[in-house]
Amino acid sequence: MASLESTANPDSKEHAAKADAGTVAIPSPFFGSCPLPIFEHKNIVLGHGSGGKLTAELIDQIFLPAFANPILDRLDDQAVVEINGARLAFTTDSFVVTPIFFPGGDIGQLAINGTVNDLAMSGARPLYLSAAFILEEGLAAQDLRRVVESMGAATRTAGAQLVTGDTKVVNRGKGDQVFITTTGIGVIERPVNISASRAHAGDKIILSGYIGDHGMAIMSQRENLEFEGAIESDCAPLHQLVAAMLDACGDQHSEHPIHCLRDPTRGGVATTLNEIASKSRAGMLIREELLPVRESVKGACEILGLDPLYVANEGKLVAIVAPEAADSILQAMHNHPFGQHAVIVGEVVSEHPGMVRMETGVGGTRILDVMFGEQLPRIC
Amino acid sequence: MKYLDEYRDGRVARKIVDEIRRVQTKPWVIMEVCGGQTHSIVKNGIDYLLPQGVELVHGPGCPVCVTPLEMIDKAHAIARRPDVIFCSFGDMLRVPGSEGDLFTIKSEGGDVRVVYSPLDCLKIARANPEKKVVFFAIGFETTAPANAMLAWRALQEGVKNISLLVSHVLVPPALEAILASPQNRVQGFLGPGHVCAVMGYEEYEPISARFRVPIVITGFEPLDILQGTLMTIRQLETERAEVENEYSRILDRAGNRTAQKLVSEVFEVGDRKWRGIGMIPQSGYRLREEFREHDAEKLFDVARIDTREPEICISGEILRGIKKPKDCPAFGTLCNPQHPLGATMVSAEGACAAYYAYGRHLQRDEVDVPVHSLGGAA
Repeated sequence: MASLESTANPDSKEHAAKADAGTVAIPSPFFGSCPLPIFEHKNIVLGHGSGGKLTAELIDQIFLPAFANPILDRLDDQAVVEINGARLAFTTDSFVVTPIFFPGGDIGQLAINGTVNDLAMSGARPLYLSAAFILEEGLAAQDLRRVVESMGAATRTAGAQLVTGDTKVVNRGKGDQVFITTTGIGVIERPVNISASRAHAGDKIILSGYIGDHGMAIMSQRENLEFEGAIESDCAPLHQLVAAMLDACGDQHSEHPIHCLRDPTRGGVATTLNEIASKSRAGMLIREELLPVRESVKGACEILGLDPLYVANEGKLVAIVAPEAADSILQAMHNHPFGQHAVIVGEVVSEHPGMVRMETGVGGTRILDVMFGEQLPRIC
Repeated sequence: MKYLDEYRDGRVARKIVDEIRRVQTKPWVIMEVCGGQTHSIVKNGIDYLLPQGVELVHGPGCPVCVTPLEMIDKAHAIARRPDVIFCSFGDMLRVPGSEGDLFTIKSEGGDVRVVYSPLDCLKIARANPEKKVVFFAIGFETTAPANAMLAWRALQEGVKNISLLVSHVLVPPALEAILASPQNRVQGFLGPGHVCAVMGYEEYEPISARFRVPIVITGFEPLDILQGTLMTIRQLETERAEVENEYSRILDRAGNRTAQKLVSEVFEVGDRKWRGIGMIPQSGYRLREEFREHDAEKLFDVARIDTREPEICISGEILRGIKKPKDCPAFGTLCNPQHPLGATMVSAEGACAAYYAYGRHLQRDEVDVPVHSLGGAA
C-alpha cells in the first residue's frame, strides 16, 4: 500500500482521494525544528481530509512514522512493486460522498473509477479489484442494489474483475448510508517509468479537459444550489485514455516521453501540480487563460467564492510530457472521448523549483500554493 | 462568462495600464478599502502590472479580519453550548479565538453550521424548536441588510429561538480614522463597491472634501480595479478631490433605499472595537432595543469575555496602510493562516492571508516580477 490518506470528510463529503503528504512543504517553523513530530490537534478536524496541508500533517506525523518503508515513502498515488519480473501497481481508496447519487454518477461508480484511475496513472492495466462496504442500518436495499450494479458496470468497463470483498453494518447514525473502500491491482506491461518525481524543465503540462466539474456537481446538489445548466460529475475511467496516450508515443524513444500522470481529484489541479513540482524539484508555469473551465462551473465557483483550480475532478488527468511528443500525445487524447478537450496549459521550468506559478488572465502573476484545509465560501 | 470575462480581458487591462503610465508623473499611495478588492489584486497580480510609482496599500475592509478577538471568543463560548446550533458564514469557521476555532468546536461535538444566507437560520430554527439557533452577524454595510432581515423576520414571525451575535462595522468612520492619523500615507481611495451598492456614496462626499482626498467607488474585477486606479490618479495629478463612481453598472449615489430602511429599522449606530485598530466611535451597528430578545450578547452570559492580542502583530498598521505584510518579520513564518497572530491573517480577504494564499511568502525576489515566458497573450 503506497498511498495513505485521511479518510472521510463527512461534511464536505468529498471522495477522499490521495494526499501526497511527502510532497507538501510545510514552511512553518513549528515542525522543522523539532526532532519528533508534534501533532497539533487534539481531535481530528474536517480539514484533515481536505488533501491540503492539514492532511499532509496527519500523514507525516501519525501514519508515516508507523509504517515507513521505501515503497510507501514515495507517496505516489499507487505503489509499484515487482514480483518475479512482473511490475504490478497496487492502490486503495475510500469513498464517502453525500449525496450517494449525484448528477453524472454515484458512489459506486466513483469507487471503481477512482481506484482504476489510480492504477492507470502508473501506466498499469487494471486487473483485480476488492470492495469493502460499511453500511448504515436503515439504508434502502434498493439504493444499495443500485450502487452495486453501478459498480458492476464500471468494473466491466474497466476490463477488470472484482474478486473479493467484505461487508459490515453499523448502527443508524454511526455511518452515512454507505462507505466503500476499493483496492486494485494492475499490471504495467509497457516499458514506462511514470512518477510525480520525473518532471523536467521544458516538459509540457497537458490537462485532459474541463476542470472542477465533479466538485461543483456535488456541492450544488448538496447545498440545493440551482445553477443555470446542471453541472454533471466528470466521473470516468481513464485507463483507456492513458493506453491511447502511451501508444501514441511509439517505442522509438530511449526514454518514454510521458514523465508524470496524475488524476487531480481532491485538492484539484493546483494541488496536483504542487505535488509534482515538489517531488520533481521543478517549477511549473501555467497560463490562466488556457485553463478549460465550463461556464456553469465558473459561475458556481464565483457565487461561492471558490477557485476551480482547487475543486475535485474524477475523470481528468494531468500529464507532464517531453515537448517533442506533446503534439502526438495531444492528438491521441483528442481522439478519445475522455480527452477530446485536452489542452497544453503550461510548461515545466527551471526557475522557482517546487513552486507553481500562474500568469493571470490580465497579465499579472501569482503563485498557486497548497491549500491549508478546505476551501471555504467567502462572506462577500 | 458573460458579465465577468469582459472585466478580466488582458488586452483592455494593458490599455488601461498604458494610460496609467501616461498620466502618472509623481509617486502616489492609493488604498483599496475592501478585502474583496485586496483579494482580487493579489489573485490577479494587479499590483505587479502597475508602474513602480503607484503603490497600492490594503485597507481595513475585511469584515472577518476586523471582528475583534473577544467577539470570536464570545462566539466560541456560545457555540460550545449543547443547547445551541451556531450558524455562521463559511470563512468565520477557521478564525481562531483564544482556544481553537469553530472547526475545533465542531470536532468536539458542537453543532456548528455554515449558512449561505442568514435566512437559512429560520429554517434551521423551525426544524429544531428545542435548540437555540444563533447566527454570527458580522460584516460591513454589505451584509447588514440580509442580517437585518433575519432579525426582522424572526421578530415578525415570532421565531423565538433565533438570536444574532452582532459585530457589524461601517466603512466611513474607518476612513476618517485612517485620514486623521498623523502617520497617514494614503492619498486616494478605491472606495468599497459592494458597501456603496447598499448605502450609495453620498456619505463619502464630506470625507473627500474635508481631507482633500479622491475617493473612486470601485468594483472587484481586475479591470474595475485598474480603471478605479486610473481615475484616482487622474484626480491626484490634476489636484482634484472628488467622489467618483467607477462601479456605475451596479450602483448610484443613492444606493438601495429599501435595504437602508430595513437596516435602520433593525440596527442603530454605536461605538465598535476593530481588531487591529481599536475602538472607533460610532463605527458599527448594534441591534435596536426592540430586538433585545434576539440579541445573543444579552441572552448568553458572554459580556465579561475580554481578550488581548499578541503584541508582535503589525496588523493595525497594515489595516491603516502604513505597512505591508512583507514588512512584518513574522509574516509567513511565525504567523500563517494556521497560526494567525492577528487580524489580517485570519481571513482570505485579509491582506496578509491574501499574500500568503497566493504564495507571496514563498517568493524570492527574482519571482517577484511578472514574466511572460509563455509568449504573448492571446
